[in-house]
Amino acid sequence: MRLITHNMLSCNIKGVTNGFPLRIEAGNVIEKEVEFNPDFLRHMFAKLEWKALVEGARSMGYAELPEDSPDAAVLESDEAFLKKLHHALLELHLEEGALVCPETGRKFPVNKGIPNMLLHEDEV
Amino acid sequence: MANRPELLAPPEIFYDETEARKYTSSSRIVEIQARLSERALELLALPEDDVPRFLLDIGCGSGLSGETISENGHHWIGLDISASMLNVAVEREVEGDLLLGDMGQGLGLRSGVIDGAISISAVQWLCNADKSCHEPRLRLKAFFGSLYRCLSRGARAVFQVYPENIAQRELILRQALQAGFGGGLVVDYPHSTKKRKEFLVLTCGSIQTSIQTSKNEHGESCSEDDFSEDEESGTVSMSDRNRARKRQKTKKNKKGREWILRKKEQSRRKGNDVPEDSKYTGRKRKSRF
Repeated sequence: MRLITHNMLSCNIKGVTNGFPLRIEAGNVIEKEVEFNPDFLRHMFAKLEWKALVEGARSMGYAELPEDSPDAAVLESDEAFLKKLHHALLELHLEEGALVCPETGRKFPVNKGIPNMLLHEDEV
Repeated sequence: MANRPELLAPPEIFYDETEARKYTSSSRIVEIQARLSERALELLALPEDDVPRFLLDIGCGSGLSGETISENGHHWIGLDISASMLNVAVEREVEGDLLLGDMGQGLGLRSGVIDGAISISAVQWLCNADKSCHEPRLRLKAFFGSLYRCLSRGARAVFQVYPENIAQRELILRQALQAGFGGGLVVDYPHSTKKRKEFLVLTCGSIQTSIQTSKNEHGESCSEDDFSEDEESGTVSMSDRNRARKRQKTKKNKKGREWILRKKEQSRRKGNDVPEDSKYTGRKRKSRF
């Protein structure tokens, strides 16, 4: 599971209002190279939750992203920043670990890169 | 006709390891899934600006449809309830992120983040109550509601479905419309029982471009069936090309040349061998005939 997906996932348990972002407990993180496409990054940038991304990257062992969300000018011109964003968003894979709901503490295990988001009967 | 898988077992049990492998190694299924996924992507009508989009593949299974998405240059998240199918997808090293989840429990994605969603042969599984706690209507509601939320404005969702009967199709449509979607049904090859495929095309917000027209035998475009919501009674009305033709048929009492030519054209469309139309077609014969 990559950070781009983690940035979209929220806890679905009934009654939970603050299910985003899920805390990452990283067990095994691997890096897989992905083709760099700045257009895609610019397109996705508006939809990202920056803080969640920075925290998630840090839990996976990557602390190169700036704390504050950069503005549009940086996005257009700064290629080094775009490369860092690309690396964090698309190239870091969480293979084993867990995602933890911030409100209830419920753990969603991650195996072989697949998070198990199935809810139990009483959580729906 | 073989049994429908939905009637045999719930999807996470039906698609166990053996079945998952069988499904993915069948070249016929691989080819069909690829074709359906290409068509679904076409119907998504994503802007042709070479910018990769972020798509959702609902019921992605072993990643057959996901591969088509990757080939078209987009990134995607796949959701499926069968762990065995997802394991096959991992083995095939698909490029999208995979989630093990139940679409009937809601998608759990943030608002407005998905550029488009496709689903190949999966949504009809929602109509079955596989557990005693399941109520299909609630599951459909949870699914469509969460889908509507996570799609960005103007995004579309295209589902290729195999509804068991008209009641099932109506149920799916009604829930989709109640969730706020607009859209229509696109039927490819409507006259052929084998080739016939139905695509439910749902739109979020206003329809920017016209909905793609469906294909028939000769690849010509014919109009699709539209859904309009009936405000007063809250029902879904479907305009049907066939119904109009039936009305036309009962109007004429005598079977003149025009009727004959029309029937011959219909037969041609089905693919039958029909003699050419000539000045002799429908000509009045001598009384001996």
